[in-house]
Amino acid sequence: MALKLTDLKTNVHNDWCPGCGDFGILNAVQMALAEMNVEPSNVVIVSGIGCSGKMPHYIKTYGVHTLHGRLLPFASGIKIANPNLEVVCVGGDGDGMGIGAGHFVNSGRRNLDMAYIVHDNGVYGLTKGQASPTLKLGMKTKSLPKPNINQAVNPLLLAIASGYTFVARGYAYDVRHLKELIKKAINHKGFAFLDVLQPCPTYNDILTKEYWAGEDNLDPSGKPVPRVYKLEETGYDGVVHENTEEEIERKVAQAVLKSFEFGDRTPIGVFYQNEFTPTYEERLNSRMPTYRTYPPAMQRIARDDGTPLAKVQKLLDELSLT
Amino acid sequence: MIGGAQGSGVDTSANIFARAAAQGGYHVFGKREYYSNIKGEHSYFQVRVSSKIIRSHVDTVDMLASFDEETVFRHALEVRPDGAIVYDPDLKMKKLEDVPTIEKNVKESLVRRLSQSGLGTTMQDILELARKRGVHLYPIPYMDLLKQVGQKFGESSLSSLSRMTNVMAVASSYALLSFDSSILKDAIMKVFRSKQKVAEMNQAAVDVVYSFVQEKYDGSFGYTLPPIKVNERRIFMRGNVTVGIAKELAGCRLQTYYPITPASDESEYLEAHEVIELDNLPGEPELAEQQTVKNGSIVVVQTEDEIAAITMAIGGGLAGVRSSTSTSGPGFSLMAEGLGWAGMNEVPVVVTLYQRAGPSTGMPTRHEQGDLRFALFTGHGEFPRIVLASGDLEEVFYDTVRAFNYAERYQTPVIHIIDKALANSDTTLPMLDIAKVKIDRGVTITGKYETNNGVEFPRFKQTETGISLRPAVGTKGVVYWLTGDEHDEFGHISEDPTNRVIMMDKRMKKLEVADREIPLSEKVNFFGPEEAKITVLSWGSTKGAILDAIDWLREEGIDVNFLQIRLINPFPTEYVSNVLSRAKKIVDVEMNYSGQLAEVTMEKTCIPIKNKIVKYNGRPMSCEELYHALKSFAEGTAPTRVVLTNGS
Repeated sequence: MALKLTDLKTNVHNDWCPGCGDFGILNAVQMALAEMNVEPSNVVIVSGIGCSGKMPHYIKTYGVHTLHGRLLPFASGIKIANPNLEVVCVGGDGDGMGIGAGHFVNSGRRNLDMAYIVHDNGVYGLTKGQASPTLKLGMKTKSLPKPNINQAVNPLLLAIASGYTFVARGYAYDVRHLKELIKKAINHKGFAFLDVLQPCPTYNDILTKEYWAGEDNLDPSGKPVPRVYKLEETGYDGVVHENTEEEIERKVAQAVLKSFEFGDRTPIGVFYQNEFTPTYEERLNSRMPTYRTYPPAMQRIARDDGTPLAKVQKLLDELSLT
Repeated sequence: MIGGAQGSGVDTSANIFARAAAQGGYHVFGKREYYSNIKGEHSYFQVRVSSKIIRSHVDTVDMLASFDEETVFRHALEVRPDGAIVYDPDLKMKKLEDVPTIEKNVKESLVRRLSQSGLGTTMQDILELARKRGVHLYPIPYMDLLKQVGQKFGESSLSSLSRMTNVMAVASSYALLSFDSSILKDAIMKVFRSKQKVAEMNQAAVDVVYSFVQEKYDGSFGYTLPPIKVNERRIFMRGNVTVGIAKELAGCRLQTYYPITPASDESEYLEAHEVIELDNLPGEPELAEQQTVKNGSIVVVQTEDEIAAITMAIGGGLAGVRSSTSTSGPGFSLMAEGLGWAGMNEVPVVVTLYQRAGPSTGMPTRHEQGDLRFALFTGHGEFPRIVLASGDLEEVFYDTVRAFNYAERYQTPVIHIIDKALANSDTTLPMLDIAKVKIDRGVTITGKYETNNGVEFPRFKQTETGISLRPAVGTKGVVYWLTGDEHDEFGHISEDPTNRVIMMDKRMKKLEVADREIPLSEKVNFFGPEEAKITVLSWGSTKGAILDAIDWLREEGIDVNFLQIRLINPFPTEYVSNVLSRAKKIVDVEMNYSGQLAEVTMEKTCIPIKNKIVKYNGRPMSCEELYHALKSFAEGTAPTRVVLTNGS
């Protein structure tokens, strides 16, 4: 039976601001899951804190709304315990690149087979618009008393450096394109990072929907030129096709260069993808050959009468004196 | 006692010594003291052996086995008259002032003692001082003897031969005690089982040392250690390993950790034993699925920090896997927020907390029981938690399993407190009884859940006990939500005041249920006669020294009983009140500054506890110092607060 979009919607009142880019991301996630015909109880949406953190409550799958910055280790614990689950992480830019930066980097090193969607709007929305780690130096969004004094982190560059094996960017108001990227991210074998340009209509009055649509960026004929363009339309191919050092280096270098484009011409699409890097699950399985077939969540630990199944007597015997 | 520079094989040699004594039928208690350092600083291992059960260390040294000058300078004067010092005569002209790793105040005090006796500052001088006090001196020319071993094996490299000096020191001590050398050689084989040649060379070194000692010092020491016949099966355990084995037995299948002393050894043990053999009897239908799979596994993840360690373990708990993390004070401090999330979302997770001396970095390799109150209050807001504390390795084993049972039955975080002293002590124990262990998963549901009430499942449904059905995240047929926000029964955010009260009551009620259900035998231990001059109140690893000291006092006709609290939260208020209100004189014994258990007990029972024996110098309580302190309370000569300070 095909999954309908409505099957994935809860009746929880959505309290995001009208016009928020988050709606685009939510719709894209639900559309992607519906098209993939997932089994809802096999999907876990894990979020952090902030406006984006509320997303799981609007999706009728398992939803885990965790702590600020900690969604990745929570999600990793779930995925390692049960690698059969489809785990989708959803967080904000402050969550991932600020308070959770350590987890962001180290989760890339592990390369668990999950997807991570970042709502990137340059501000901390739910605390009323402070500068986030992706806001450029000197920008003064609406509620900042002074221009931003810090340099911005480049999320794509950081993701590449950290070892994410899928690095992409989407735009919240191009829902169809975003939906395709989400499907790719979920289908990717390994940890997929998807940065989403998400206008915050309330607190970011610079990187607005109108800004990205290029309403002030007119061509000689007076037509607006959108500031985002699709990588795939320029013939860019971020995928590593063969597992050689040269190919990987070339694709990484190309993605690194691309990651610096921002502003009047901002690329969206897949910057980099490499499925040759072993996933964490594969690495675990190479040490524990029954890990994949019989992961922690599937292991029985006791008989019905409570007798433990682990044979530790052998370990005790190793320490025995007789 | 055996001592030497860190990295020079002190641990290995002490392990060999202790193992050999244990194989010879003796009860063994070994305690390791070391600096937060990898190479060069002084470390020592104290091993106590007895034909009777022993549970603690003593301050005086019967025999000091050394192979460097620092050990002699530091410990020669701890050796009792009639005891022995084994040392390297090549080092006798080494000067105290030239040992860079001895603290200035220690040097000054030694120089004072030496000069009072008209002696200089060489190793020979301090040995002379010991000799005057009646200590026997046994110089062993390690290098000459090692060359003999080297000839046999065609090994002439002095640096590689000198690696066996530690074993030579052990062998010398045993030769002086006329201990059966074949047992010692057997212990060497066990310790070096993966290094055949090393084992053989060390065994040859034993023969060389034994013939040297027999020829030169035969019978001069006057004490012997004949083998004892043992009628029970015993094992030789270390604290970290005890926890590790118990976790596998308990069904823990995800362990997370960030490296920290003294907790990491446990995780490393688990990683080394990550493949778990399962008892998979053929023909058992309910296990049919496992027929083809003989092995399970425990995934051990070294995380980027302790915040990730606790939250990843909680993730495992959500997915229905028994999960835990092991840490020490500084790491546990970082776990506060995650612990609160687990409390809020009723997730079973176990934290094994190895206390060490705090605050802050404190003394990373030294012992303290300073985190009792912290474990009771970690995190903001109010949520139920179960806190239990083990007193010895046997308790550690069974309590580890219980911690997981409590966590799942009451769906809440459990903090299992142990400490550096337990983690790093090696003791002989009767073989642990696996048949005593039962696994209780409470109302955990895994796999599939059939329901006609729609897919959205009320995970936090109100119940009589506060405990709701818990399908693991990923259970087919249902979905639900979790959030650190206050939530409704489906796990959706709710700030409704009525719901808030219902949910707070639901969560906190579980503690009352736990208090009702957990048997008294798991909450407390009571030792000694009903009527006693003194009732000792304590918790954790002080148990060993207390029991040994009580035995000594009983021999002198002083009756002392001992109430050991094992379940700190929910606190066994009624029982403790009953015992303490009958007590003639209560003395609280703890390895911390303020007497934290006494404070908690007063808060819960309103019974005043004025008398305290505390210690916070980072060294565990010895049996003697505790004996003396308790005796002074029995005689009425003690002030209300006695601070113990022994240990080097």
